[in-house]
Amino acid sequence: MLPETTVVKATSDTLLKAEKQKRPANMGQIIRWLLLFAGGILMVLPITYMISTSLKWPHEIYNLALIPEEPHLENYTYVLEDGRFYGWFINSLIIAMITTVSNILFDSLVGYTLCKFRFPGRYIVFIAILSTLMIPTEMLVIPWYLMSQAFGWLDTHWGIMFPGLMTAFGTFLMKQFFETVPDDFIEAARIDGLNELQIWWSIAMPLVRPALAALAIFVFLGNWTAFIWPLIVTNSVEMYTLPVGLSSFGDEADVQWELIMTGAAISTIPTLVVFLVFQRFIIRGVVMAGLKG
Amino acid sequence: MANLSLRQLIKRFDKTEVLHGISLDVEDGEFIVLVGPSGCGKSTTLRLIAGLEELTSGEIRIQDTVVNHLEPKDRNIAMVFQNYAIYPHMTVRRNIGFGLRTSKLSKVEKKARLEEVAAILDMTELLDRRPSQLSGGQRQRVAIGRAMVRDPAVFLFDEPLSNLDAQLRTQMRLEIKKLHQRVGNTIIFVTHDQVEAMTMADRIVIMKDGHILQVGTPSEVYHLPANTFVAQFIGAPSMNMLPARVSQGGVKLASGTVLDIDVPSTQDRNVILGVRPDDLHLTNDSALLEGPVTVREPLGAETLIYVDTGGDEVIAKVDGRHPPVVGQHVKLTASTEELHVFDARTGTAVI
Ligand SMILES: Nc1ncnc2c1ncn2[C@@H]1O[C@H](COP(=O)(O)OP(=O)(O)OP(=O)(O)O)[C@@H](O)[C@H]1O
Ligand SMILES: [Mg+2]
Repeated sequence: MLPETTVVKATSDTLLKAEKQKRPANMGQIIRWLLLFAGGILMVLPITYMISTSLKWPHEIYNLALIPEEPHLENYTYVLEDGRFYGWFINSLIIAMITTVSNILFDSLVGYTLCKFRFPGRYIVFIAILSTLMIPTEMLVIPWYLMSQAFGWLDTHWGIMFPGLMTAFGTFLMKQFFETVPDDFIEAARIDGLNELQIWWSIAMPLVRPALAALAIFVFLGNWTAFIWPLIVTNSVEMYTLPVGLSSFGDEADVQWELIMTGAAISTIPTLVVFLVFQRFIIRGVVMAGLKG
Repeated sequence: MANLSLRQLIKRFDKTEVLHGISLDVEDGEFIVLVGPSGCGKSTTLRLIAGLEELTSGEIRIQDTVVNHLEPKDRNIAMVFQNYAIYPHMTVRRNIGFGLRTSKLSKVEKKARLEEVAAILDMTELLDRRPSQLSGGQRQRVAIGRAMVRDPAVFLFDEPLSNLDAQLRTQMRLEIKKLHQRVGNTIIFVTHDQVEAMTMADRIVIMKDGHILQVGTPSEVYHLPANTFVAQFIGAPSMNMLPARVSQGGVKLASGTVLDIDVPSTQDRNVILGVRPDDLHLTNDSALLEGPVTVREPLGAETLIYVDTGGDEVIAKVDGRHPPVVGQHVKLTASTEELHVFDARTGTAVI
C-alpha cells in the first residue's frame, strides 16, 4: 500500500512542478524510465536466450543472435518424447510439493510457538535457529551425505527432500508475521474453548495467509531449482530431479545446450503456475515483510 | 448468593507485585464497574477472573465453584475485548457461533440461540457480512454478541468503548445498560472513564496501584468518598482541595474562615477540606471562599469559574446565563453537609 501512495503522491507533485518548469521534471522522468528499462532488459535477457536457444539447431547455439536462423520445435518434441524427462519432472514436482506443504506446516508451528508462548529457553532456541541461517548449503552437504548414508536414504526421494522439510528462514519469517496477530484474538479463542492447536490452525493461520503464500512460493521455487544436493544424493537416473537431469543431457564431450534449454523452458511452467496462483498474496506479503523489517 | 467472589487476589509478574490483595463480592445480576488510572491493575484483575492470567495467590469463585485452576472455557465467563477481537476471516454468523462451540445445545437450539442474540443486538441483516464490512459500533456489537450467546455467569468487558468516537460511545453505553437490564447477567466492566462508571454501574470499584480504594454505588462514591483520591477521581471537574487546620469549634481555612464542622477529637490538626465545584454557589452573605475570577469556561447551561482565593485556586460551577466576568470579586458558599474533610497525611475521609 505504502509505496503505491508514495508513487501517486510523487507523480502529482511532479505534475504540479511540471506546470511551472516543464523540462527538469521531464528529464528526471526520462532518466528514471531508462534505468528501469535497462534493469528490465537485464532480467529478461537470459530468459530470452533460453527460449531462443531451445528453438535453434545444434550448429547455431554458439551464434548469439536472438532470433534463430530457422526456428523449429524439434527440441521440444525430442525432450518430451524422451521418457526420462517425465520421471525427473515428477520427482521434482513431488519433492517441491511435499517440502512446500511441510514448510508451511512446521515453520509456522515453530514460528507461532516462538512468537506466542513464553517458556524458558525460548530466546536461546530462536537464536539457535537464526544462527543456522549463516551456514551455507555447501558446508552442510557433507554432513547431510553422511547422515543419508547412515540411514540408508541415499538415492531416495526422502534423501533429496529431508534437509528442506523445515527451514530456519521460513521459521523466522513466520515468527515475524505472527507478531502482527494481536494476542486478543488468541485469548478470545481460548475463552471460546479452542485448544492451542486449534487456535493456531483456525485463528492464527488464516490471519497470516499472505506470509504463507510468500513462503509457499519461496520454498517451491527453492526446491524446484535446487541443484547441488539432489546431484550429490542421487545416483540412478530415475531418481534425478529436473535440474540434475537436464544437466545430464548429452555426454561429457558434447553438452547439448539446445536440449537443456528446452527442458529448462518447459520446467519454468510449474513455477509460473505457482506464482500466478499465489501472486496476489505474495505482493502484499512482500510489502508487509518490508514494512515489518 | 454471591455470583463472583474474589478473595485476597495477589498477582506478581516476575518480581513486581501489581495486585496487592483484591477482595470483592459480586451479587448475581450486578453491574460492577472497575475504574482507576492507567496501570492500576483493572485489566489484570479482569484477566485473572477470565483465567487468561495465572493467580499468584488468592481465590476466585464463580457461582460457588473455585475456578483458580480451571481453563477459561470452563469458567462460565465471556469476555469482550477493547479492540473487539472478532475474527476477521469469518462472517458475523460464524463469529457469534464461535461462542457456542463448547455448548451442549443441539444444532437447532444453537441456531435459534444465535438468531435470538442477533435479533436482540439488531444484527440479523448483518449476519453474513465480514467484519471488514462493518462499522466500529457494529463490530463491537458482534463482539458483545459472541459473548452473549453463551449466556455466561459473568460477562467481562475490558474498556470495550474506548476505540469508539464520543457519540457512538454514549450510544453503546446506553445499549449495554439496556442489554444488562434485559438479560440480567452479572457484568464486570473495566473503564478509566469516570462518566462511564457513574452512568452504568450498580456499584463502582475504584482502584489505584493494585489496591481497591472504595466500593460503592455511584451515589456513595460521589457523596461519601473514602479518601482524597476517590474524591478527586469521581466527578468532573475534580473536587477542590483546600488545606485547613482543626481548631476550636471547627475547621479553619488558610484564609482565616472558620467552618462549623464537628471533627473527632482524635483527629490530627492538619486536614484537607474538600468541596465540589457543583456545590459552590455565589452568595452575597458571609462567604466560605472569596476572591477575583481568573478564568471563565462556558459549558452552555453552566459556566466554570476559577477563583483565586489567596493562594488556592478553586473551581465553581455557576449558572451559565449571567456568569461573573473575569476580574470580578465573587463570594462563594456551600452548605456544610456538602463539605468533606480528609486527613492531610493519609488522605482518608474524617467525616
Ligand atoms: N504481562 C505483564 N508483564 C509484566 N507486567 C505487567 C503485565 N501486564 C500488566 N503488567 C503491569 O501490571 C500493572 C497493571 O496493568 P493493567 O494492564 O492491569 O492496568 P490497567 O489498569 O488495565 O491500565 P489501563 O487503563 O492502561 O488499561 C501495570 O503496571 C503493568 O505494567
Ligand atoms: Mg487495561
